[in-house]
Order: sequence, then structure tokens, then C-alpha cells
Amino acid sequence: MSGVKCTSNLFHPDSALDYLPVEQLRQLQLARYQAIVKRTYDKVELFRKRMEQRSLRPEDIKSLDDVAKLPFTVKTDLRDTYPFGLFASDMSDIVRLHASSGTTGKPIVVAYTQQDVDVWASVMVRTFAACGLGKGDIIQNSYGYGLFTGGLGAHYGAEALGATVIPTSGGNTERQIMVLKDFNVTAICCTPSYFLHIIERAGEMGIDFKALPLKAGIFGAEPWTESMRVRIEKEGGIKAYDIYGLSEIIGPGVASACCAQEGLHIFEDHFYPEIIDPQTGDPLPDGTEGELVFTTLSKWAMPMIRYRTRDITRLMTEQCPCGRTVRRIARIGRRSDDMFIIRGVNVFPSQIEEALLAVEGTLPHYQIVLTRTKGLDNMEVQVEVTADLFSDKIGAMEGLKQKLGKSVEHIIGIRAKVSLVEPHTIARSEGKAKRLIDKREM
Amino acid sequence: MKLNQLSVFLENKPGRLSEPCKVLADAGVNILTISLADTEQFGILRLIVPDWQKAREALEKAQCVVNVTEVVAVEVEDKPGGLQNVLQAMEEARLNIEYMYAFTFRRENKAIIVFRFEDPNTAVKLLQQKGLKILSSEEVCQRVEG
Ligand SMILES: [Zn+2]
Repeated sequence: MSGVKCTSNLFHPDSALDYLPVEQLRQLQLARYQAIVKRTYDKVELFRKRMEQRSLRPEDIKSLDDVAKLPFTVKTDLRDTYPFGLFASDMSDIVRLHASSGTTGKPIVVAYTQQDVDVWASVMVRTFAACGLGKGDIIQNSYGYGLFTGGLGAHYGAEALGATVIPTSGGNTERQIMVLKDFNVTAICCTPSYFLHIIERAGEMGIDFKALPLKAGIFGAEPWTESMRVRIEKEGGIKAYDIYGLSEIIGPGVASACCAQEGLHIFEDHFYPEIIDPQTGDPLPDGTEGELVFTTLSKWAMPMIRYRTRDITRLMTEQCPCGRTVRRIARIGRRSDDMFIIRGVNVFPSQIEEALLAVEGTLPHYQIVLTRTKGLDNMEVQVEVTADLFSDKIGAMEGLKQKLGKSVEHIIGIRAKVSLVEPHTIARSEGKAKRLIDKREM
Repeated sequence: MKLNQLSVFLENKPGRLSEPCKVLADAGVNILTISLADTEQFGILRLIVPDWQKAREALEKAQCVVNVTEVVAVEVEDKPGGLQNVLQAMEEARLNIEYMYAFTFRRENKAIIVFRFEDPNTAVKLLQQKGLKILSSEEVCQRVEG
């Protein structure tokens, strides 16, 4: 723990696991990995069948390098076995069920034993502690309570931390602001976009947000950007911490930012991370960007072996200034689901966003349209003109088009046609624009 | 001595031009003059109206992107060489013209031309020194609407 530049003066005993010597951590991970593979093999039919197809037995996992031989688990596996097909415990040992609403069809169901619930609270304790919170803090939990894992996950963690929890759940922004102000709240848990909404609304209500005792936001459940973090910190007068989790693995509490605010520490004594090539499934070395894969090392009711998160990131192995030894993932801004291939190049919509953002510093509504003429793929980026972007001079508008086109080409290496379109012409569903229209006939 | 010009962004698609005009007609706003600058893909509609705030509100309500710019209306003798005199005065004053367009009516052998300069305040001052007649918003309205 030498060279520690920033730690909270409140140290929670659970956080000790964040600082395990790496060698000891790997030994613990291997022992837990072997045990969870054996348990899943014995209890979950789908996993056993896939192992048998590969002529694999649990004993074949002799080192952490061997885990690359194991089959992946994907989201559709949870749907195909709906509702309880991947459970490894009897229902009598399961104390909690959660479900996430998929965008289409059946939800996915996840289960917890008492031990799983305790582990979950413990990783949330480590999350809050990494964000500088402890006993004495008043935490407003605006994640939704219910089937969604966010609300209860953060709630149990905050109580175990020894903080005071206010279970406001989501919605009713004016009441949220009243509680925030009147209860001397020091930290809030919600999605970053909802927090921006709160700041805006508070401004309209004439409340000086920066004068409130609020010091930290624990933000997750949706991808957000570094520039959004900067904006939240500036307008809210708080530290904005990025946390990561997903119901299939446990809920919130898989990884968390620390005081260094560079990447998110994975609580890897419970969640074993890998980065793979989303196309081939091959493992990629640390530091390389690819799809994030997790194995739950201690989850008893519903273990996940090599679950493909579809989130794109890289593992950061450099020593963090905070002194934690558990590895970090870089901020997640994109998902492998969104990737498209044009002229042999992999492109993510987030790269287009990055390119558009680089030009004027704001992100306009945009849409990517792919077409194919005479066997050649073309990419058009349609950008909605906003009052900020609009000039009465033709030359300025042509210049803007050119700058946008150059920025896109610079980032993805492919020429794109940029079109300026009128506001509100790009179709939106639930407030979000559909980013990609692929008209190519394959 | 400057006019507030409204600009509206339009995609170069059939029927786009008539929409803002209809919005203004419905709002009871009379268009004093109109000019369209376009490229293959998009266009910029420029308008001079008596009540630019009302017009802007109506256009924005109809989800148009609207920009307000100060332009200068200069009186030009409607005779051969009339425009040339004005342009020459601008050249001598080292004023760079971003773009220009004319009002479509003439009265007492006088035409009005709208000029867009980078710095309209300096332009007005320099042109008045050159003896050119710069029209105020009220004067423009009076002349157009009679
Ligand atoms: Zn750290």
C-alpha cells in the first residue's frame, strides 16, 4: 500500500480485499473458479452438455489460462431457459429473485441465496467505500426499487456500510430535490442522465445546488461519457463516480471508480474478468480493447461461467494511484451489439459520436445510414442542425459539413458522406434516436 | 439602423420551402422580402419581416432552426450605375460583403438592397460617411407596405 496518493480516511474492513497481493488474489481466483465450474457442471444441465460437447471435465481447469477452453454463456441462454433453467440451487435455498425487462419478449430472471445477497452487499460496501463514503454519510438511493437490481443492491450495500439510506426510488423529481435539500443528503445513487435532470429541475426551482451538502454521485446503469462526468461535477458541485454492474452477474457492485477516477476497479475476487475478441471469441491480452466477459466466482444460486457482457472495454493493469491491486476496466462507452462492419473495418456508433463531438463540442442528434451501390458500401452520417450549429452563411455550413466529414474519416479511417438535416427529422423511440439504419442487402 | 434578418435551415427536398412560409402566413406575419441560398443538399432561407420576434417564435414552435442576424438595408438609385456606386463605396470603405439580395419592389426610382457584413455597426457608420442612405426597420416597412 505504499505510494497511495488518495484514500478515504474511512476504511471499511470489506475493502481489504481490494488490496490483496496479486499472487494471493490469483490463487484465490483459481480455487474459486475450480469450485464454481464443478458446481455449475453438477447442477446446470446446459453447462454440463456444453462441456461434454467439448469433452471437457471440471478437473481440466488446472490454471487460470485453462478457463479460455470453457464455453461462453450469452444472454439468450437466460431467455431460452426462462425462468429457472440456469439455477444451481433449490428454490428453498433461494432468498431473492430479480428480473430485468428485456426490450423484447420475456425478461431474464436471476436468483440469490442468502450468501449471494451477503456477497452483493459486501461488493456494494466496497463500491461506496471506493467512492469515499462511509458511516455518517446520508445516501439517497434513487435507483428503482423492485424487480430491477439497482435499488435493492445499492440499498443493502449502503446499510451494510453503516450509512443512512433514504430509499426514494426513482421518479418524482421535485420530491427527490426536497429530500436532497431537507435531509442533508451527502451522496446520491441514480443514473447520470437522471441526475442531470435533477440539477436542471433544481435550477428552475431556484435552488443553489452547489450550496447543498451533497458531495458525491454514484452513477451507473447506463453508459455515459467523460464529458458528461465533467459537466455533472461542474454543475452539481460534486464528485461523479462511475459504477458498473449487470443483473446477470449480480447487479450493481461488479466494478467501481475510486478516488483516482480513472477506470473502474473490478471486485475480481468475486467476478473474474476476461477480454475477448467479439468476432472470434479468442482471449485478448491485458490492455487490448475487446468484449468484457465475467465469471461469477462465488455466486451460488445462479453461477455464470464466461458470461459475455457485450460491453467493449480494456483491462487496465497499471497500478492505480489509490493503491488497490484489483484490476480496472476503462469506462464503458460502447457495446459489441452496436458494432457494424463497413469495407472491412469495424465501426462503433460511439466512434461517430466521438467524431461529431470533436467538431463543435456538442453532440447533435445523428443517424448512420449504410447503403450498397454496385457492390460498394457507403456510409452517410445524417446530422440534425441545431441552433448552435446553424449559421446564415452558406460557406459556414459547407465548412461545418466538411469538418464533420473529416473528423469522422480521421477517427474511423473511412470516408463518410455527411448530410445536414432539419431538426426532429431523425426518428426517435422513447426519446432515443435509432443510430444505425443498415439498408445494405447482404 | 440595422434590420434583424431571420434565417431558416432547410433540407433541399421538394416542398420544404413552402412550409416556413405557411407557418408565417398562419401566424399573420407578412414577409417583406425573402431570399434562398442553396446547395445540392441543403438551403438557407433568409427573411425580412416586420415583427421578427413573433416570426421567430412561430418558426421555432414549428421546430425550425432559426438564426437572427443583423443586416443593413441600403437605398440604391434604380438607374444604370446605381448599384455600381454603392458597391464602389463599400469597396473604398474596405467592407467585405458576405452576401446580398434585393427587395423586389421599387418606389420613386429607389430600390433597397440588403447587405450582410461581418461587422454591421462599422459598416453602417462607414456607409453613412460615404453619404449612402441606410434604412431603418420602420422605413423599410413603410416603403414596402406603403
Ligand atoms: Zn483506484
